[in-house]
Amino acid sequence: MVTQANAQEAAAPADTTHAAPAADATHADPTADTHATTEAHGGDHASGVFPPFDPSTFPSQLLWLAITFGALYLVMSKIALPRIGGILENRKAIIDTDLAAADASRQKTDAAIAAYEAALAAAKAKAQGIANETRESIQADLAAKRSAVEADLTAKVTAAEARILATKTEALTHVDEIATETAQTVVSQLVGDVSADSVRAAVAKAKE
Amino acid sequence: MAGTDPIHQFVIQDIFSLFTVGGDGTEGSGLHFAFTNSALFMVATVAIISLYLVLSTGSKSVVPGRAQLLSELVYEFVANMVRSAAGTAGMKFFPLVFSLFTFIFVANMLGMVPYFFTVTSHIIVTFALSMLVFLTVVIYGFAKNGPKFLKLFVPSGVPGYILPIVAPIEFISFMSRPISLSVRLFGNILAGHITLKVFTGFIVTMSSLGFLGILGSALPLIMAIALTGLEFLVGAVQAYVFAVLTCMYLNDAIHPSH
Repeated sequence: MVTQANAQEAAAPADTTHAAPAADATHADPTADTHATTEAHGGDHASGVFPPFDPSTFPSQLLWLAITFGALYLVMSKIALPRIGGILENRKAIIDTDLAAADASRQKTDAAIAAYEAALAAAKAKAQGIANETRESIQADLAAKRSAVEADLTAKVTAAEARILATKTEALTHVDEIATETAQTVVSQLVGDVSADSVRAAVAKAKE
Repeated sequence: MAGTDPIHQFVIQDIFSLFTVGGDGTEGSGLHFAFTNSALFMVATVAIISLYLVLSTGSKSVVPGRAQLLSELVYEFVANMVRSAAGTAGMKFFPLVFSLFTFIFVANMLGMVPYFFTVTSHIIVTFALSMLVFLTVVIYGFAKNGPKFLKLFVPSGVPGYILPIVAPIEFISFMSRPISLSVRLFGNILAGHITLKVFTGFIVTMSSLGFLGILGSALPLIMAIALTGLEFLVGAVQAYVFAVLTCMYLNDAIHPSH
């Protein structure tokens, strides 16, 4: 790599004056080479050694890598990453609580629907009970009234029949008297006076 | 022609020097510390990630906007990755995996912008990140499981007479993890950027050869367009692969006995 770099140096005409001593130094003495490199920093030219393998630059690179990477690590671990982690956790917490709230609301809705349906069923059952009760009471009332009316009618019929029978019996008792009177009258008209007792006896005899 | 040099994009330049540790005071001795173009893009990467995540989640909306949604998607993507690979116990490493994933991803994406420096194209950066993962696994593994962590090298259900062969293989594969993890990322990004630069360099070189050259440069142009798309994919996939492997290695530390 070193010789390649030197060859390119040599190929470039502008570099030949500087590169020639540098190339000599490389083959002669490694420490002299770093000397040439630090000199080259002042100019615009590449040094004789391949730059990534130039040990004279190592202290500066390591120093600044330690400073910058250390600073980066501190900023990341103390500020940036906890903040982003906090944002992500906060968002997750918000989403979780929102989901939990939505779930609770849904459960409330379900409970409300269940309560409504239970109330509806209870009301239906109650309404049916009231209807049945009313119908039964009306029927009972009706039956009682009908039986009362029927009893009344029966009693009236019985009484009427008894009265008819009494009247008939009474009428039948008057028949003998009428017959006696009629017969006495007829006999008195035909044959003169006849005692009532004899007429009555005759009527009774005729009746047999 | 530094513009067509495919290596030039990886050069690290000091923006301003900071201090030097050790050495004898002369130029090039001791450990030289500076704010470089690499450091600039590390800072930019971290600033983009931090500002975006912090600002987009500022309102903490329950119903997210577009910006906040993207932050949440990345968060959940990495969180699911960690949870599925390392279990719920692995979530204590979530900030680490998240930082690794976003850092590599944004660094790779920034690297796709022309003239921008790619932080992950340097082996020392990817190696440091993979050593961070490796050491986390080893230290946490021993701290949590104690000597039982060594069960990692003894797969359950393997007959005793094979163990002398299996255990060293397991040990070597474990020890090579930081290398494979770092070289995979480094190699993909480096090779991709070099290939891209070589093909776009062809366009410039061929165009300077006259009319036929301009006509012919359509071929590398098509390749460069296709490679640009591929490199975005590679940048994203490598960040993902690094994070997933980190999770799997951490899972070993949390549950060592397979």
